[in-house]
Amino acid sequence: MLLNELWFLLIAILFIGFFFLEGYDFGVGMATRFVARDETERRVLINTIGPFWDANEVWMITAGGAMFAAFPNWYATLFSGFYVPLVFLLLLLIARGTAFEYRAKVDHPKWAGTWDWAIFIASLLCPFLWGVVFSTLVYGLPIDKNMNMHATFTSIVNPYSALGGVLITLLCLYHGLVYICLRTTDVIQARTRALAKKIFWVLAAAAIAFVVVTFFVTDLFTKRGLVLYPIYALDVILLILSAFFLSKKRDGWAFGMNAGVIVLTISSLFIGLFPRLMISNVKKAYDLTVYNSASGSYSLTVMTIVAVTLLPFVLGYSIWSYYVFRKRVSKEEHMEY
Amino acid sequence: MDVLSLARFQYAATTIFHFFFVPLSIGLVLIVSIMETMYVVKNNEIYKKMTQFWGKFFLINFAIGVVTGILQEFQFGMNWSEYSRFMGDVFGAPLAIEALLAFFMESTFIGLWLFGWDRLSKKVHLTCIWLVTAGTTLSALWILTANSFMQHPVGFHINNGRAEMNDFLALLTNPQLWVEFPHTIFGSFATGAFVVAGISAIALLKRNRVDFYLKSFKIAIVIGLVSGVLLSLVGHSQAQYLVKTQPMKMAASEGTWKDTADPAPWTVIANIDTKNHKNTGEIKIPYLLSFLSYGKFSGSVEGIETLQKRYVEKYGPGNYIPSVKTTFWTFRIMTVMGGLLCLLGIVGVFLVWRKKLLNNKWFLRTMVAAIAIPFIGSTTGWLMTEIGRQPWTVFGYMQTAASVSPNVSAGELLFSIIAFIGMYSIMAVVMIYLFVRTFKEGPSLDNKVTNQSNDPFDGEGYHIVTE
Repeated sequence: MLLNELWFLLIAILFIGFFFLEGYDFGVGMATRFVARDETERRVLINTIGPFWDANEVWMITAGGAMFAAFPNWYATLFSGFYVPLVFLLLLLIARGTAFEYRAKVDHPKWAGTWDWAIFIASLLCPFLWGVVFSTLVYGLPIDKNMNMHATFTSIVNPYSALGGVLITLLCLYHGLVYICLRTTDVIQARTRALAKKIFWVLAAAAIAFVVVTFFVTDLFTKRGLVLYPIYALDVILLILSAFFLSKKRDGWAFGMNAGVIVLTISSLFIGLFPRLMISNVKKAYDLTVYNSASGSYSLTVMTIVAVTLLPFVLGYSIWSYYVFRKRVSKEEHMEY
Repeated sequence: MDVLSLARFQYAATTIFHFFFVPLSIGLVLIVSIMETMYVVKNNEIYKKMTQFWGKFFLINFAIGVVTGILQEFQFGMNWSEYSRFMGDVFGAPLAIEALLAFFMESTFIGLWLFGWDRLSKKVHLTCIWLVTAGTTLSALWILTANSFMQHPVGFHINNGRAEMNDFLALLTNPQLWVEFPHTIFGSFATGAFVVAGISAIALLKRNRVDFYLKSFKIAIVIGLVSGVLLSLVGHSQAQYLVKTQPMKMAASEGTWKDTADPAPWTVIANIDTKNHKNTGEIKIPYLLSFLSYGKFSGSVEGIETLQKRYVEKYGPGNYIPSVKTTFWTFRIMTVMGGLLCLLGIVGVFLVWRKKLLNNKWFLRTMVAAIAIPFIGSTTGWLMTEIGRQPWTVFGYMQTAASVSPNVSAGELLFSIIAFIGMYSIMAVVMIYLFVRTFKEGPSLDNKVTNQSNDPFDGEGYHIVTE
């Protein structure tokens, strides 16, 4: 039973890692329209995430794989239940990945321009779709006694989930802007900093709205209020601190603080869910939980050994890769993308 | 069409498309790694050019392999949720390990390799590309561990109405895996080799940068020959293993309705009548099927009808015969493709050795056409493997009809099929366009600028990069 809880934690960590890492590259993708003024500036922005975006996406793929292995029922219900949104997500991710790799392969403004629109649109909509999915997870979904989810359009897209989508999108955008401040120089950096200060207020408003609505429409606070109140309090403090450090041009600190915001926000959703994986709004007994959806203890033990052995290596070479590319990207530099 | 047929169609179409790119990536990255090794060892700039030039093809191809792969992982849950519920305990583990072990390695080190030419020492940079090679190979190993389980399920028991893993080592030592994995990996190496050799042949026909392309051709043809031969040898033992574990697939791919005579002849071609369970116009080679099945010149091979009867007794009433025509012909096409790879490899190595390659235009032209051979071979090979396993998803335990998602409608499927095929068609066109373009641009052979770039701001400037 302990293993079930451990794997819930591990999958939460994988998703937190995904939002923390791919979050900033989604944000940078959005910033290509909001910050960059010309082709060269767009290139600079895209090249700040050049060596990283692919590995960042693997956090999501690993989270999916871990769901499949540890909680097959969760994987089956979620992926078949969110069929149409996931088709869109896949199309967007496919376009986005190809765009990064292909945009600089032909030297023609229309060629790069087309791919850049793909990068922008996908970077905007992917976090939105994930936000929608995660907020419906805590809101509740039409899941029947066989664990099959029969979603209508409104059970996935409703005011609450749309708000969740907007929140995650803004969170990624702000995260990406702080990342750009950390990784660029001169004009681009100054312009990004100015925009980040504005986005901060929009993000703060969306975050407060989301927490308030969550209080009323979900059972998160009645179940886990004791943990969630301090988490959201800390969330607010870290967000304000990140804006403070940003205005003091301490970008590393600002990025660190906002990383904390992402970790806490995504954690709060998983904490609110636990021990449930998906909430059925048909009947409480139909909820998917870490106990009724999990693989056997043998399989979980094997997976635990494998994960504990491999994760240190993954973290090690990931950190090394960030160390290698620690230098800021400027217009004068050679750019691959 | 019903949901099941649509789901099967979507799975087949997206997987076949994905598997055009996968073997090419695995093969190309090996060749690029070997080229960069030669650069580091011999310190000759031409090998660096080769690494970078063929590296471009690898990257263009790899991008599509990666993004279409995400869809593969999602698709089990999206379209085959009942399968995922029943088998996830066993089948999910290799997929999760593939992501954790292989995907992280590939994606991180490919970033380091691509962006690290100026930032890493030669040896560290070389290590990065070898780690990408290791990553792609490990990825193949784990996904085939999962597939081998579907062909020959081991290491589990049925508990509470679903499969539960009870022996992880058995999954890894599944004999099916150790014929399937080498067969696939050598097929992938051959794919990369024949693409490099074929593209080089175009240039050699035009007498374009002969030194560069001849060196590339030599490396490729040696890898092509070695992998082609190993591929065929492993393929032979895979067939023998098949007779033991999935005799129905073997009988179908041989079109043998009734038990054969002892010794069994091998049917080269036949006109198969699936209604009346009869073949006409057969051409047979005596003894050969016994040899292919058992490695000796005696022994009868069971026919489809006998096996159908036995499966009905074992698994209950039902039709356990896969599409005989498809398995029969895909098997033959695959085998011929494998043979051609060996043959062209032998001739190619011989011509290179005797220094007669450049004057032999017909052979160079053949090598250009031969780019298609490994792709036809792997596609037909997988069609035979997967269609031959029908009606099962997991042989003996779960049928395809029981695996499909019950909550996904035909309309939703139709939408996704159109969307994915539309998307994939565009990508295929763009990718081929970029391949042609990269070839026409050619390798940068002037020694002034080591890295080609189209950026107006990027000239000699980037060399001044300081730490």
